[in-house]
Amino acid sequence: MTAATTEVVEPSQDTRKAGRFVYVTGVVLLCAWVLVPLYFLLINTLSSPETVNSYPKSFIPEFDLGSLTFFAGFDGILTALKNSVIVAAMTMVMSIVIGAPAGYALSRFEFRGKELFRLLILLTRAFPLPLLALPLAVMFIRTGIDDTVFGLALVHTTLALPFAVLITFSLFSGIPIELEEAAWTLGCNRLTAFQKVILPLVLPGITASAIFAFVISWNEVFAAAVLTIENRTLTAFLLQNLDTSPLHLKFAGGFILVVPALIFIFAVRKYLFAMWGIANR
Amino acid sequence: MAVIEIKNVAKRFGEYQALHDINLTIADQEFMVLLGASGCGKSTLLRIICGLETASEGEIWIDGKRVDHLAPKDRGISMVFQNYAVFPHLTVFENIGFGLRMQKLPNDEVKRRVERTAGLMHIEQLLSRYSGELSGGQRQRVAVARALAMEPDVILMDEPLSNLDALLRMEMRAELKGVLAESNTTAIYVTHDQVEAMSMADRISVMHEGKIVQAASPIEVYRNPAAKFVAGFIGNPPMNFLEASPQGGGKFSVAGHSFDGPSAANSNLQFAIRPEDMTLAENGFPAVAKVVEPLGAHLLVTCELDGKLFRAILDSEMQVKPGETLKLSPVQDRIRWFDPETTLAVA
Ligand SMILES: Nc1ncnc2c1ncn2[C@@H]1O[C@H](COP(=O)(O)OP(=O)(O)OP(=O)(O)O)[C@@H](O)[C@H]1O
Ligand SMILES: [Mg+2]
Repeated sequence: MTAATTEVVEPSQDTRKAGRFVYVTGVVLLCAWVLVPLYFLLINTLSSPETVNSYPKSFIPEFDLGSLTFFAGFDGILTALKNSVIVAAMTMVMSIVIGAPAGYALSRFEFRGKELFRLLILLTRAFPLPLLALPLAVMFIRTGIDDTVFGLALVHTTLALPFAVLITFSLFSGIPIELEEAAWTLGCNRLTAFQKVILPLVLPGITASAIFAFVISWNEVFAAAVLTIENRTLTAFLLQNLDTSPLHLKFAGGFILVVPALIFIFAVRKYLFAMWGIANR
Repeated sequence: MAVIEIKNVAKRFGEYQALHDINLTIADQEFMVLLGASGCGKSTLLRIICGLETASEGEIWIDGKRVDHLAPKDRGISMVFQNYAVFPHLTVFENIGFGLRMQKLPNDEVKRRVERTAGLMHIEQLLSRYSGELSGGQRQRVAVARALAMEPDVILMDEPLSNLDALLRMEMRAELKGVLAESNTTAIYVTHDQVEAMSMADRISVMHEGKIVQAASPIEVYRNPAAKFVAGFIGNPPMNFLEASPQGGGKFSVAGHSFDGPSAANSNLQFAIRPEDMTLAENGFPAVAKVVEPLGAHLLVTCELDGKLFRAILDSEMQVKPGETLKLSPVQDRIRWFDPETTLAVA
């Protein structure tokens, strides 16, 4: 071929250097984007309330548990934390219990209105929550589940469900039907084939989508703020006290909110990779 | 005792009719081979027999009992899938032992059977591997071993050896045949490979476009094809066809020569002859050699005869060069006749 193509294929030393520079800068910027705010959060959480409220800021944490102790002692905050955990756990369980069978049905059975059903699932995310909040609140009051963790978990389940259904749908679709059929011919019924063949294969993905549901609920603030009064979750509680609470409480609260989400994602990173592995196969 | 009776089975996928009125009885302990081109409905028929697909019409009987309504696990059938379906989360050992564990057999029995079938399939050294760590041919043998370990009355195999190299395939073929005969299993075996079909089958069912065209012993299918499709499908290369017009009195004119044909027929027929049933003779058809392919013991000569391609297999001692005109004469009692209207054989 001609010299021109060779040039394109093998970039000159300068171009390669420049490319490398852009790549490294990009990586550094992205890391900074995520890590710097987290670092500030960490510093301020692990500093005494006085340091948090004073200027200039230090870049090294003091390892003073004053802010956290204050946070723990703040009236109602532990109940709010407990509520957050309960609501998130309920959301996690409900979205998997409802979402996984729906995902399975979507991937394995042909039925009338299947496309419409898929669209409807996505549509639940089409209405902004503020729009739904008022009718929901009215309905909750009528049915008597207003201001309960269960009521809030129901709303969070609605939010997490589309993801649960779609993730499990793609998981189940990634598993060839022949594996199940082979199990059927080897003495399984539908249920045991599911237990022995499908479940072990999708478990990593299910775990990941469960944790995803947990994090969605954990981070959700709007519905929590509108639908609960006494039984506030941590996000709603912090939001409610945003203007009145001191700076160090906000930092400590933010830290407590961010950490579980981070830990969970970190813990399931292996499963997330496994999930992508299944999807790729 | 496991006789399989397939009665009037038809299968439609929406508009598309994959199987038309299939009738077939497979005797106890028979080794039946299903042979047919890709897409003719072989896998669909197997899936209906083992209950993974429901027939649109017709009935399946096994051992004198109607099984249409039974779940796959209750039919006493093992299946080897065309795409293996080896469980990826289990080791080869657990794959082969899967069905045995479902039957809650004791551990030592499972171990014994797994090791025996793995040995038959030459995969005993792979027992601790996962399917991701196996080659296609190894996976295929795991699938076969898994079905054999069940010691079923009926085994259905969908191209179980298609991914093995020629030598291993020949070896496995013999092993498989031996094991099945020993265990008194009734087998239905799908293959594209005619040599495999010929060498293993008690009977061959030739399928074409969702119909069974002929079900007979390998020699019968080869020597007396029931339809033009079978004649043109079986044999490598398959039969040659020439146009034949009636001359009265049971005589037919084929490419300027006169032959004794079916005496009852009085319309145009097709004359068919296998390439190896041609000899060189002075009064033969004049044929111009186009391509000459030495096959070792034989010589495959593709010639032009009566304006059509015509193949003959001659002894490799012959010195044939392209462009040469040969005098080819058919062996009289090997000539077959087909009706171009019905495509069926005429005697
Ligand atoms: N689930 C299905 N939906 C629609 N059509 C199908 C379905 N399964 C099979 N078919 C069609 O039925 C016909 C027969 O398919 P089948 O798999 O039985 O072929 P086959 O003889 O096993 O072919 P091969 O030798 O390539 O495996 C094909 O034309 C196929 O497209
Ligand atoms: Mg097939």
